[in-house]
Parts: sequence; structure tokens; C-alpha cells
Amino acid sequence: MMNLTLSQRKKYKTISLGLLSWVVALVFFFPILWMFMTSFKTELQAIAVPPLWTWEPTFENFAIVQERSDYFKFAMNSIVTSFGATLLALLIAVPAAYSMAFFPSKHTKDILLWMLSTKMLPAVGVLMPIYLLTKSAGLLDNVFSLIIIFTMINLPIIMWMLFSYFREIPKEILEASRMDGATTLGELRHVVMPLSWGGIASTGLLSIVLCWNEAFWSINLTSANAGTLTALIASYSSPEGLFWAKLSAASTLACAPIVVFGWFCQKQLVQGLTFGAVK
Amino acid sequence: MNSRLTKLLQAPSVILLLLWMIVPLGMTLFFSFARYNLLYPAPLSFDGLTNYEFFITDSAFFPALFNTLLLVGSVLFITVVLGLLLALLINQPFWGRGIVRVMLISPFFIMPTVNALIWKNMLMNPVYGIFAVIATAIGIDPIDWLAQVPLLSIIIIVSWQWTPFALLIFITSLQSEDSEQKEAAQLDGAGFWSIFRYLTLPHLARPIAIVIMIQTIFHLSIFAEIFVTTGGGPGYDSTNLAFLIFSQALLQFDVGVASAGGVFAIILANIVAFFLIRAVGKNLMV
Repeated sequence: MMNLTLSQRKKYKTISLGLLSWVVALVFFFPILWMFMTSFKTELQAIAVPPLWTWEPTFENFAIVQERSDYFKFAMNSIVTSFGATLLALLIAVPAAYSMAFFPSKHTKDILLWMLSTKMLPAVGVLMPIYLLTKSAGLLDNVFSLIIIFTMINLPIIMWMLFSYFREIPKEILEASRMDGATTLGELRHVVMPLSWGGIASTGLLSIVLCWNEAFWSINLTSANAGTLTALIASYSSPEGLFWAKLSAASTLACAPIVVFGWFCQKQLVQGLTFGAVK
Repeated sequence: MNSRLTKLLQAPSVILLLLWMIVPLGMTLFFSFARYNLLYPAPLSFDGLTNYEFFITDSAFFPALFNTLLLVGSVLFITVVLGLLLALLINQPFWGRGIVRVMLISPFFIMPTVNALIWKNMLMNPVYGIFAVIATAIGIDPIDWLAQVPLLSIIIIVSWQWTPFALLIFITSLQSEDSEQKEAAQLDGAGFWSIFRYLTLPHLARPIAIVIMIQTIFHLSIFAEIFVTTGGGPGYDSTNLAFLIFSQALLQFDVGVASAGGVFAIILANIVAFFLIRAVGKNLMV
């Protein structure tokens, strides 16, 4: 008898906590849901008081956004800069992190900490020099300069992530392959890489998310030519921002790829963001 | 592998980062002592500490410094506490947990400009915004969030975006918690609170430290959220250091003063970084 009530109480507790979780999650998710819903309304429906919950969805906002501000050009810039910077950073970081993880010297620790400390250099502190350098190189509003900058700002985090992944590969495997006469490059290609594809992939994913959402440099260094989606949306702050349906449509288009992307690789992102310290 | 090859493999990343750090830093330092305004084509001349004096005596300086610290401090507090509560809430199995988790972490993947604009227009608008509609419905006068409480509004927006980050890391860490230990404590009659205090919290110490470190790095230079919502105003009520320097540099074209501000921002970040690296960075190496 006593047992039954206890288990019943436990059941009610689980159900009510689950219900509470759902309510909190819905409140938390509401702004995103609302943005998504508004993007299918007309401008009049978007500002209706009280807010509309059911209506005939329209796709005209998406067409207008593409027509007026050439969404695809900005999206292309976002794709090119995110993937370009990620590839470049991986290319630089993989060999370095590999040698640090497998052949650490007494300076390795300090080098890694120093790299992390460059991340703490506030971007705004070097805004003027970077602005003037890119301007004098004729690379203002250019995709190429954004790729370089994104590479540099993410390099420390990428180094740390790769380092923590490589460190977990058992060294015995390498020793065995060396006994078999593998060269360093062969070792990297046939032993280390296959074992660390997962780590390299999640590092890449995190880097893409960070580049995609980067706002400071893309707002300050680009305009019509190399503008990324963050810069496009920033241009909606006024006065087009008053057109909520179009703002929502542009925002939905800008965020959807990376949000869905993020849903699928939450786990890898956690490991990346905490340098493998939380699993 | 010999040490020459090791150095060769590490050289590109080290050299590039060194250049990335030293060149702009050197230029910022140099400009900060120079009279250099892009609007007045006078030759560049040495100007002593004038720029620093100008930046620090600017009536916006102390509000901006105060706002920066208040913004970082409040957001850290809100996100860590809220993230912890949410993580504990969804740490037990219930129906639809996966979907709840996905909904809760989504704000983190929304780009800051979108997030700020959605809040500014569709939630905080004093007439048509959802908050105003709710306030009117329950009989309160709606407030104009970004005009009346600009800094609080920005704190709310940024916290909404970063709570998922804290949650994501805490929930991952909670799932690796030793459940046998917890069950043993439960059998011994330990309540929720003492289990939390003596088992869960110590287990979360490191994730909390990491969350604080990473968020501080990002929050010290919050820019986009202010840029698209309040533009630093009204007055300087929501101007932080990053935004103040931005407005000196790209709105008033005063390279010298902006650089002096930059040096100041770097010093502030380094003070914070020094303590953070001491407290957290060494822990990460294991």
C-alpha cells in the first residue's frame, strides 16, 4: 500500500516536471516560432492586435526579400566565407595540433595557452588597424579579407579542439605503424586521419557555426559586395525593420540552415566549445 | 619525428597568430599616440597622451565602462543560474525530452543580428509587440523597453541567446554524473537539496568555470545586439566600450581616439583574461 502511493507520487512528479519542461521550452522557443510564423503573414497580419494564430499562409515575403536585396548573393557570401575560413583554418591547424599532441615539447602547454589568450584580444581594440590595412590593400568589402579574418579569429579554438581530439588517440597505434616503417606523412594520412575524422569534422562544424553568425567584422568591413547574411539582416534594423513580415522572412532564411545544422550536431559542439573538457 | 619537423608543422599557425596579434596591436598602440582623423587630411603627427585624455574625459567613457561590466556580470549570472535550473529540470526522462532539448538550445544558433531585431520589433515594440499586447491584456501600461530600460533589454536579449549555451554544457555534464552515487545517497535519506549541494554542484564546478570563461570572452565585446537595437542610446544608456570605440572610429572617423579606446579595451580584457586563464585555463590541460 505504502509502496503504491510512493510510486504514484513519483509518477505524478515525473508528469508535472515534464509538463513544466514543455511549458518552459515553449516560452523559450517562442521568439523563433513567432519569427517563423510571421514570415508567412502579410504585413498587415503581422502587426495585428491581438496577434493572429491562424491565417492563410503567403510566400510573397520570401520572393520580395530575394528580389529587393538579392538574398542569394548574401547567402553565397556567407557560405563562401564560412567554408573557406574553416577549410583554411583546418589546413593550418591540423598539422600543428597533430605535432603538439603526439610530440609535445616543454613549450607546448605555453604555446596553447598563448593561442587561447589571443582570442581574448577584443576585436574592437584592433578595429582601426584592420580597417585601414584592408582598405589600403584594396580588400575592403571583399570576401577574401573576411576569410582571412575569420580564419584568424577561430584558429585558437580550432587548435584547442583538434589538440584535445588528437590527444585521445592511443600512442601505441602510432608506435606500431612506425615499427612497420611508416613515414611521418604516411602515418598522418593512413593512421591519424582515419582515426580523427570525427574530431576534425566536429571542429569544422563548430567553426562553420561561429563564422556564419559572426557579426562584428562582417558589419564593419563589408557592404554590398561581400556582405554576409549577418550584415544583410543588420541592414534591416531601420527602416525596413518596420516591415515585420519581410524582416521575418529574411531572418528565417538566414538562420534556418545553421539552426537545423546545430540541432544535428549538438553533442560535437559541446565537446568543441569546452575543448573536450566536458563530455 | 625530429624536432625540426615538429617546429615546421607548428610554424604556420604560430607565425600567423603572432602576426595577427602583433601587427594590429602595434598599429593601435602607434595610432593611439597620433593625431589622425580620416576627415581632416592633416599629416600624421605625434600627439602625446591627448587621445587618451580625450577618450577618458569623454562623458561617455565611465557610463560605457560601467555598462560593459554590468552587462557582462548580469548576463553571466542569469545564464549560469537559468542554465543550471533548466539543466536540472530536463535531466530526468519525460515524454518528448528530445524535442524540448532542441527547442531550448535553438536560440544559441540564431545569429545575433536576427535575434536582436526579432526582440526589438516583434516582442518589445511598445504598441504591436507581444509584451505590450500581454501587458494591455492584463491591464498594465505597456512600456517602451528599448527607450525606457535599454540596458536591461539588451541584458535580456543576450541572456536569451546564451542561456542555451550554458544549458547545453551543463546537461551534457549532468548526464555523465555517477548515478549509483546518487542512488546510494538517496537510500541514505539524502534530500534533493543535499544531493545537489554535495554531489551535483561539485561535479559541475568545471563546466561552470568553462561557461564563465567562454562567455566572458564573448560578452566583453558585445556589439551587434547594440548596433541593431538601441544604437547605444538613448544618450549613452546602452553604450558599452566596444560600441563607444566603434562610434569613435567608424562614425566620427577619429582613428587616434578610437585607438586609444582600443588600447583601453585591450587592457581591460587582459586584466579579466589574466584571472580567467589562471582560474580556468590551466584546468583545461589536465
